Amino acid sequence: MAASTMVTTGRWQRFNNGQRLARFAVYFVMVAAVVASVKTIEIIPEFLLDAPEQMQDLLVRMWPPEFAYYPKGVHEALIETIHIASLGTLLSVLLALPFGLLAARNLTPVPALNYFAKLVLVSSRSVNSLVWALLFVGIFGPGALAGTLAIAFRSIGFVGKLIAEALEEAQRGPLEALTATGADAGQLLWYGYWPQIKPAFFSILLLRWDINVRESAVLGLVGAGGIGMAMQSAIDLFQWQRVAVILLAIFAIVVVAEIVITSVRKRIL
Amino acid sequence: MTIALSAPFRTSNATRVTFLLLAVYALYAASQLDFTWARFISGLGNGERFLSRLFPPNFANWEALVKGLAESLQIAVLASVAGIVLSLPLSVLAARNLMPVWATWPARAMIAACRALHPVIVAIFFVKAVGFGALAGILALVVASIGFIGKLFTEAIEEILLKQVEAVRATGASFANVITFGVLPQVFSRFVGFATYQLDSNLRNSTMVGIVGAGGIGGTLFAAFQRFDYDFVCAILISIIAIIMLGEVLANLLRAVFLDGFSIELNTKLREAEE
Repeated sequence: MAASTMVTTGRWQRFNNGQRLARFAVYFVMVAAVVASVKTIEIIPEFLLDAPEQMQDLLVRMWPPEFAYYPKGVHEALIETIHIASLGTLLSVLLALPFGLLAARNLTPVPALNYFAKLVLVSSRSVNSLVWALLFVGIFGPGALAGTLAIAFRSIGFVGKLIAEALEEAQRGPLEALTATGADAGQLLWYGYWPQIKPAFFSILLLRWDINVRESAVLGLVGAGGIGMAMQSAIDLFQWQRVAVILLAIFAIVVVAEIVITSVRKRIL
Repeated sequence: MTIALSAPFRTSNATRVTFLLLAVYALYAASQLDFTWARFISGLGNGERFLSRLFPPNFANWEALVKGLAESLQIAVLASVAGIVLSLPLSVLAARNLMPVWATWPARAMIAACRALHPVIVAIFFVKAVGFGALAGILALVVASIGFIGKLFTEAIEEILLKQVEAVRATGASFANVITFGVLPQVFSRFVGFATYQLDSNLRNSTMVGIVGAGGIGGTLFAAFQRFDYDFVCAILISIIAIIMLGEVLANLLRAVFLDGFSIELNTKLREAEE
């Protein structure tokens, strides 16, 4: 925290007037935003009053979960979800690598290319995976292909940004030593950079996979395949006992993914 | 043990096997998901038609657009404020270096439960509980905020130096004072980081919860998509991306004000006179 002292009145001050004004402006805007939101938002109080009843009603309808439905309608969709997440992650790595390499300033000392790569990475990240899914459903029709591409395109920004950061943190020593032996660009990349970013690379892959398992579970809501589609149809038909099974399945897969990445990370790092 | 002589810089067998397995898996998964080249090619033809219908964007229905965006902003603001305020005490409760076990594990379980499901799935439940509209979106994002800030802030508190806490405690300070003067100053900067990140993330998600009827621009977007009103879809997407980028700028400004001592210089003449 850059606190500055000003001795004008003989009193110690943590912030100068400009900083205080900036903070006051932030607080003012925050309060104004909250007040404006509360005043203008459309909330129907009657709905809020019967919320506990509605919630209770929902839970009663969900109980007991219809486990017999799992082998019929959930298992296949669940496996499809995992495939979408994993394949999407792998695809995103392939697509993100070139942009990651171009965005790293030490590897690509051309500012124009750096900015171009960063622009690609930022635009991939600023579009939500559900929006990517909508676009790909529009192009390829409903199904797992749209979901996989949505996951891949949403992940490019994340994976590429982190790969670029890992590359920029690479130690110069080994790279200079390799250059001195007359290594070409490919050898420099493979023997100089790769061993240094390998742990970061695999942990980025695992982290993104974990996120993608969660995200691929909702892609089905817009028709992009996976367990979300099973959930959407169960909700539309008010089959809440089936919804309960699907939710338990999603929950289980999220927990399993977390266990997998923790144990794999322990092993490789 | 003998040292095997191998070529210098050889890729380790483990790495090779990992890559091989990943490649085999990718082929297997692609066949399972029924990806074929023919489908991809036919998709590209569709894609061309789709893109030509997206452009040019049609802003004629701007009233619906503005209304949806405003609702998304309201959802993001209120959910962030409520989520941040609620996650603060919960994180203190969940910190294992400050609290006894009987207090930490319920708090930790609650934070974990909030993190377990995607905000859009949580939104489905709140739509059922409180009906269609913005309130369901707000509640869903509050849950998401508690899950994210709660987890990271708990970890931040667990990493603090206990010496300062002890020093404050030694003066006879009450528990509230220990938290205010011993703990919070140590984690404030990280807290600002998490909070601004969550504000950004809530803004992104507030544009999506509408897909399941929880208010905001997402509902407008999905409806337009299902009507094949693609040029309006394009207009909505452009607006969403603009809002998200604006949100990122605002989050950076917030961080600058609270963490880097950003200062508004109004009275430059006065300052020059002082110097």
